[in-house]
Amino acid sequence: MSWDIQQTTRISNYQQTKGNLFQRIHIDALLLFLLLLLSSVGIVILISAGHEDLGLINRQAIRLAIAFIAMLFIAQVPPHILKMLSPWLFILGVLLLIGVLFFGDVGKGAQRWLNLGFVRFQPSELLKLATPMMIAWYLSERQLPPSFKHILFATLFIAIPTFLIAKQPDLGTSILIATSGIAVLFLAGISWKLIAGVAISLGASAPILWSFMKEYQQRRVLTLFDPESDPLGAGYHIIQSKIAIGSGGTYGKGWMQSTQARLEFLPESSTDFIFSVFAEEFGLVGCIALLVLYLAIFFRSIYIAVQAQDTYSRLLAGSIAFTFFVYLFVNVGMVTGVLPVVGVPLPLISYGGTSMVTLLIGFGVLMSIQTHRKLLSS
Amino acid sequence: MNERFDLKNARQERQLFLSRSTVLIVFVIALLLGLFYRLTFLQVETYDKYASLAQGNRVKLSALTPIRGLIYDRNGQVLAENNPSYSLELIPEQINDLTLTIEALSKILPISEKDIKKFHKKRKQNKRFSSIPIRSRLNSTEVASFAVKRHLFPGVEIQARPLRHYPYPELTSHLVGYVGAINERELKKIDPVNYRASRYIGKTGLEKTYETELHGSVGYQQTENTAQGRSIKVLRNSPPLSGTDLHLHIDIQLQQVAYDAFGDRTGSIIAVDTQTGAIRALISKPGFNSNLFVRGIDQASYSELQNSTKRPLFNRALRGQYPPGSTLKPFMGLAGLESNVISSSQKIFCPGYYQLPKQTHKYRDWKKNGHGSMNVHDSIVQSCDVYFYILAHQLKIDRIHDFLSKFGFGKKTGLDIIGEKSGLLPSTAWKKRAKNQVWYPGETLISGIGQGFNLTTPLQLAHATAVLANKGYAFKPSVVARLNDKIIKPVTSENTSIILSTPQHWNTIINAMHDVVKGARGTAKRIKTDAFTIAGKTGTAQVFTVKQDEKYDEENVAEHLKDHALFISFAPVEKPQLAIAVIVENGGHGGSVAAPIARAIFDHYIKTTPTE
Repeated sequence: MSWDIQQTTRISNYQQTKGNLFQRIHIDALLLFLLLLLSSVGIVILISAGHEDLGLINRQAIRLAIAFIAMLFIAQVPPHILKMLSPWLFILGVLLLIGVLFFGDVGKGAQRWLNLGFVRFQPSELLKLATPMMIAWYLSERQLPPSFKHILFATLFIAIPTFLIAKQPDLGTSILIATSGIAVLFLAGISWKLIAGVAISLGASAPILWSFMKEYQQRRVLTLFDPESDPLGAGYHIIQSKIAIGSGGTYGKGWMQSTQARLEFLPESSTDFIFSVFAEEFGLVGCIALLVLYLAIFFRSIYIAVQAQDTYSRLLAGSIAFTFFVYLFVNVGMVTGVLPVVGVPLPLISYGGTSMVTLLIGFGVLMSIQTHRKLLSS
Repeated sequence: MNERFDLKNARQERQLFLSRSTVLIVFVIALLLGLFYRLTFLQVETYDKYASLAQGNRVKLSALTPIRGLIYDRNGQVLAENNPSYSLELIPEQINDLTLTIEALSKILPISEKDIKKFHKKRKQNKRFSSIPIRSRLNSTEVASFAVKRHLFPGVEIQARPLRHYPYPELTSHLVGYVGAINERELKKIDPVNYRASRYIGKTGLEKTYETELHGSVGYQQTENTAQGRSIKVLRNSPPLSGTDLHLHIDIQLQQVAYDAFGDRTGSIIAVDTQTGAIRALISKPGFNSNLFVRGIDQASYSELQNSTKRPLFNRALRGQYPPGSTLKPFMGLAGLESNVISSSQKIFCPGYYQLPKQTHKYRDWKKNGHGSMNVHDSIVQSCDVYFYILAHQLKIDRIHDFLSKFGFGKKTGLDIIGEKSGLLPSTAWKKRAKNQVWYPGETLISGIGQGFNLTTPLQLAHATAVLANKGYAFKPSVVARLNDKIIKPVTSENTSIILSTPQHWNTIINAMHDVVKGARGTAKRIKTDAFTIAGKTGTAQVFTVKQDEKYDEENVAEHLKDHALFISFAPVEKPQLAIAVIVENGGHGGSVAAPIARAIFDHYIKTTPTE
């Protein structure tokens, strides 16, 4: 029918006439603005959480700059090229993961890094994007909703990197990767019956997952339920984080006034637990504002997904949007003591380079999807 | 697939995606509401709890140890001081590799396996980021050799803590006593707030008696601290109040003279200023190294001290209870005179023994053939036993008890050092009470020469001698002269002083005691000097009871069963200054062993004390 075409044409024309400059350089202005706003908030918190360490701020700013440049670069790559690259990136990522298993460097008790001589590289970061790309590619090539066989294959594609990364062990990343793949499956329209079935069998397989965890992770999960039982050991992080957040109250102690972070009671205050510092300094009001900012980014991303022209783009964009939110949810859930401490950073705010670059590349993909739309037939 | 199908399919897929996205959005909002609920719970509902926890984290209240008061002798010589003691301490949380660090440290200064074990034990008991000692009592070389390499060891520090030190450990072990770590029993008695920062408490002697004054009051500091325990800012500060310094009546030089005069023998000396009750020397021999106890004595050294037959830990001066023997005779003589049982000129014949009427038992005099005809003066000078058997028999035990108790026999003198024993001054009431037995007349006789049930401490003897020298004017013996600048006045009272109906009797007894030293037949004539006058009385206290008709064979009696030698004295006779009681355990004769020790003390005292 021509309705679709007309519709698309109208939108396309509208955008070509309105957003021509940003459109031409393939930038989604609203998304860019929201991301810059969030990153700025991140720098402001980091000044306090990182004990006013100028070197730390500098390094984070440089990383942000690199990440934004990477985002804008990726935004130039049209979605069909990304789609074409998807299976190859995935295969490369899995091979590198296997490489890590055998030749990886150990850091903080986990084998995550691959030393390529000139740079240390975390293949799991590549798979954060390659996995949803792979699933989106695989499903978009087939009729939707996907058949059981295709779902089975897609699940296998998700399972491979998930387990390889969980084995490193990096539970946080493996959860995020599984989430990104499952999100694609969900958006592709797998039946609710199947979802219910999987949910039940996942619940049943929890003990198996448990056996994959290293002792320190198991301890972390156990102390989650009763952190006071080990106040100086595994529960220390959660207790100090809850003290930080709770003592912030409604309006917070004010910027740079976090005693928990400044006096070093809060561990990893500039990385995984940076939200606690924010909550202590800006209170419930600040937290709501921050969550709304995240929600705005999510909404914009979902809007882009809905607006996308082809199935691959839609699925990928939806997955990137959702995974971004899951990042936030797991981190905040973790620092407020409702989820286990699995080591997921607060997106775009936590200090640290790799995940930030990956995240912004993801948004680059969104921008590419948004700005490479054209008429289906001219 | 044709294009039409493709388009239809695309539309369907789009619809599907839209509905799935909607579900996702709802899901995301639900999760966000969950987070919002959680944050509200933490930041609003339980805000108070977490705010106070954060405050508790932030502010650290630390107790500051007060500096323990010093102890000085009368000339300002320090008898107890606080010296810095250096220990090597580690903060495990600030050290990357503990094993490697300890290994490296042990190359700089000796660290034994035992030290490491102790360190790990302490580590488990302590809070995070606390400084835990691995080696204590570092000498200056060890301190210096670590100081040079300190920069190589982050998290390792040398800490200086004040440690009690006694410059004259052996000499003052029974006088000053010592401090030690607070034990559980003491913990229940002390104010836990005031002792919050204290590690030591007085265990014996003056350290224990004046614990409250010496300890001082704890101080507090409220600081803002990091989790590592580094303090960033002092919020409030209330400095500790140092303990009070004790200034003693003791003259440490005199103490040294007395100690040296004793040689290897065991026993005790008390020298008391007759005019104030001030104790000038207090010796219990042997002493021990009191510094060993401050840090906690090791088991081997402690058992050695405890198992020694000479019992160095036993404070003889306050707790040693000895039969006074013949040193009781001047007091007995005074009792007889004051009770009008005898007069100063009345003579009694001494055949060398005494028998109670209708009894065959012979109470022997130490001089087998007897002293002949004796008045009270002669019987004191020559220490005639028979005279005092008869006197005691006539006085009866209860009258003896009542009169002698005025001199402080049988009760604590009230000296300001804890642990004094009260001795024993027998009476019929006492025997009834303690043994539920009647008093036998024979027991009165031996009580009359200071044997039998009679027990006195060296302190009691010295005190009684001082009262005698003062002609009844009694001062409570005391060791501490000043607390900081607060002078403690000599304590005397009318009811402890003795007023005789005939004051002339004092002179009769004192003259006799003077002749003990000065007279040709005096039992202590060997200590006679032309420099000043001395009044005294020798005594020999039996440890071993000689059977009837058996001879005490001095050479064949085991050392620990030999008689104790006693000597009480004061000088100068005309205007007494110092009274001394000397007891030499198993020393034999008072005149030959104990008296020369007293003479050495007098010599030093008269020489160093300016007369007004």
